[in-house]
Amino acid sequence: MAVPKLEQLSKSVVQGPSLATGAIPTMDWMEYPAVFKSGNYAYPAKSEKVAYLDSQSGLHFPNSREWSPEDDDWKLPADWKEIILKGLKERLEKFRSLKIFMDCCVRCGACADKCHFFLGTGDPKNMPVMRAELLRSVYRNDFTLAGKILGKMAGAREMTVAVLKEWFMYSYQCTECRRCSVFCPYGIDTAEVTMMLRELLHLVGVGINWVLEPVSNSNRTGNHMGLQPHTFKDNVEFLVDDVESLTGVRPNVSFNRKGAEVLFITPSADVFAEPGLYTAMGYLTLFEAIGLDYTWSTYASEGGNFGLFTNNETMKKLNAKMYAEAKRLGVKYIIGGECGHMWRVVHQYMDTMNGPADFLEKPVSPITGTVFENAASTKMVHISEFTADLIKHGKLKFDKSRNSHVKATYHDSCNTARAMGLLDEPRYILDHIVDWVEMPENTIREQTFCCGSGTGLNTDEIMELRMRSGLPRANAVKYVHDKHDVNMLACVCAIDRATLTSLMDYWNPGVRVCGISELLANALVLEGENRADLDDGFRTML
Amino acid sequence: MKYAFSFLAVIALVLIAGLGSQIPGMPYLFGVALPYLALMIFLGGCVYRVVQWAKSPVPFSIQTTCGQGKSLDFIKHDRLEAPNTTAEVVARMFLEIVTFRSLFRNTKSEIYDGPQITYESSKWLWMFALIFHYSFLVIVVRHMRLFLDPVPVWISWLEYGDGLFQVGAPTWYITDIGLLAGVALLFSRRLITRHVRFISLMNDYFPLVLIFGIALSGILMRYFLRTDIDIVNIKQLAVGLVTFSPTIGAEIGAIFYIHLFLVCALLAYFPFSKLMHFAGVFMSPTRNMKNTSRAKRHINPWNPRILPHSYAGYEDEFREFMVDAGIPVEKELAPKKDED
Repeated sequence: MAVPKLEQLSKSVVQGPSLATGAIPTMDWMEYPAVFKSGNYAYPAKSEKVAYLDSQSGLHFPNSREWSPEDDDWKLPADWKEIILKGLKERLEKFRSLKIFMDCCVRCGACADKCHFFLGTGDPKNMPVMRAELLRSVYRNDFTLAGKILGKMAGAREMTVAVLKEWFMYSYQCTECRRCSVFCPYGIDTAEVTMMLRELLHLVGVGINWVLEPVSNSNRTGNHMGLQPHTFKDNVEFLVDDVESLTGVRPNVSFNRKGAEVLFITPSADVFAEPGLYTAMGYLTLFEAIGLDYTWSTYASEGGNFGLFTNNETMKKLNAKMYAEAKRLGVKYIIGGECGHMWRVVHQYMDTMNGPADFLEKPVSPITGTVFENAASTKMVHISEFTADLIKHGKLKFDKSRNSHVKATYHDSCNTARAMGLLDEPRYILDHIVDWVEMPENTIREQTFCCGSGTGLNTDEIMELRMRSGLPRANAVKYVHDKHDVNMLACVCAIDRATLTSLMDYWNPGVRVCGISELLANALVLEGENRADLDDGFRTML
Repeated sequence: MKYAFSFLAVIALVLIAGLGSQIPGMPYLFGVALPYLALMIFLGGCVYRVVQWAKSPVPFSIQTTCGQGKSLDFIKHDRLEAPNTTAEVVARMFLEIVTFRSLFRNTKSEIYDGPQITYESSKWLWMFALIFHYSFLVIVVRHMRLFLDPVPVWISWLEYGDGLFQVGAPTWYITDIGLLAGVALLFSRRLITRHVRFISLMNDYFPLVLIFGIALSGILMRYFLRTDIDIVNIKQLAVGLVTFSPTIGAEIGAIFYIHLFLVCALLAYFPFSKLMHFAGVFMSPTRNMKNTSRAKRHINPWNPRILPHSYAGYEDEFREFMVDAGIPVEKELAPKKDED
């Protein structure tokens, strides 16, 4: 599906008839069907990927088949409706959040224009409240007295194939960024709703390939790129070579080494493609500079967890590798690289799902002696926390002028901001290494806008959708690009590094995307370095 | 249509009470039986709903952090927005419930040519909600004077404060106007703001119209139809109701029964509706959990036993490559048999 020209889309988002631009729908929302056409949906998961996952212990991915969203017949199992309703009942019993969020919404509409999908598409069903109503209407019909008695009058509707199709469309037009939950007076979190919808859809074999293929890769090879151990090692070693040729210092690396003090885990995208590669070079350079005793793992070679975009069982199974590997290698604790949703899992789920990690020790920085009390139980420290602490103690020497080609701004990734509260550590680092400015206040920190392609929506067949949903973020970058000549969008998220690059190329050509660790390494003065004049930092072609 | 239905429903309720209470013998139904029934449904229903919620566990720590979490000493912790202790959570919840803090954050987005998206602070909803809820609260508390004998002095103070503006005779309470205005504003918002209109259900219009009916009948009774009712008899009935010895003296007047019947309808409707948000807000996991999930393990009572794809299985699949690449392995390759 071709992406529309910038001029076309720029006009369309402002003038196209949509709820965001002022067009008022004439029918009741229940009357509008979800219509699938090329470009507005992500490809369904390949049958063999679903079957593979179903064969794995602890996972449940039944009803694998070839199907297409554009077909009338989705080849659902005969008892699909019972499966869905039973699944919903089970989840209401397992998750208080779901019950509360189904019952408490007053439809005040505070969330409506907080969603980047709504702002970019103007589709009323992309208002968070409406997205939840898609499920809430079925919940009312089958699980509440008022709905059972009053039916449609009380906003209830029967579960039908059309409803299921609508669920598929809109649970994959949500990146579970949780921005709406900041503004909701009851803290209703659409991510919880979307996660449940996706779980339910998987029960009837409805899922997307861009989520399930990475999941099966992560399960089998340890990382979502599907890099096998030797390839993973090769990739990292290429980066080691690059760092050496740029700085004259060759970082020491090891893989699956027992007895290392620290296990380092980062999203595999960082060792796979630009611009993540430069972030990975940043980690290598930093760890070399402080002489950290650490190891990479090829088995736990993925920080990201596409299970989070699937169901809680899959999230747990993928995440379990981190502790399993830490235990096998006998490390003291884990440091995690720059990634958004990985850190949602690590901060909010890991210990609960796979803890207690009593075979690890409370993380202590070997360089500064700082005890990371905030990670006392999970035993996993964020690279930005670790780095900020080093800077505070004067353990790193910077030459800020090495970043003089950069004017940066900082993008808070949704998960580190709203599911962790990691806001000021990256800013603290930036203050020491680069000249940077903030984007407008309603688009940063807890109010940050998603890149528009998270939760497995980073796939090319929905590029127009991604450019639309990324518009609020891109627009805020444009503001500082125009006003302050910002040319670099720094972030702490691997999905951001991949997707914001496409987004900037489309909306704001001239703005590049990088990880914090890349800028850090640019400015870092290494002992014994023999550094050429790198006018583009670590991106300089020698 | 949805709001029209709501009006019709409330008008029907008014007619039932207005006409029904005039049939001899019926005052006992409207004045005694129904209030007891409605109150039972209200209390029982609310308890039932809260128990139903509480029955489902909170498997994961899903706090929404709206500020800097507690980490390093030199990073300033936002204690309200990323609470770390129970006291901080209580403070966060208190401000949420008492000042509607999240609504206070509300912004309005507009999209202009360019494209250019702007976000402007928008406090209207917050203001309407505050006017509405606080007026309602004060009115409910003021009504306690009917049920208590003697009337506690603090209720008199509250009434004095509420009537401070000294408008009209008898003095108008500011909260009476507040409630009517609050309901009217919230209702018109549903009609005028396009996205709110699109999402509004009858479930949203009906309670507003019902509360408007309650406020209006109360105001009529207090300020305009005062001669139709007998306040002494009402007080006697109210005190009788709370002491479980209700008596209805002389005729009280239809307007009173209309008012009371609408209140009964609201009480009975309450537990089955979105109005339960008053209790749900206390239990919302994104707001009432501490942001200590890395420092202290949160327990999921149904945590399933799921093991990762094992390292052994992984090494079995890739051992040859690993050995070739010089990656340490647990089990060396089986020695190759020489083949001639």
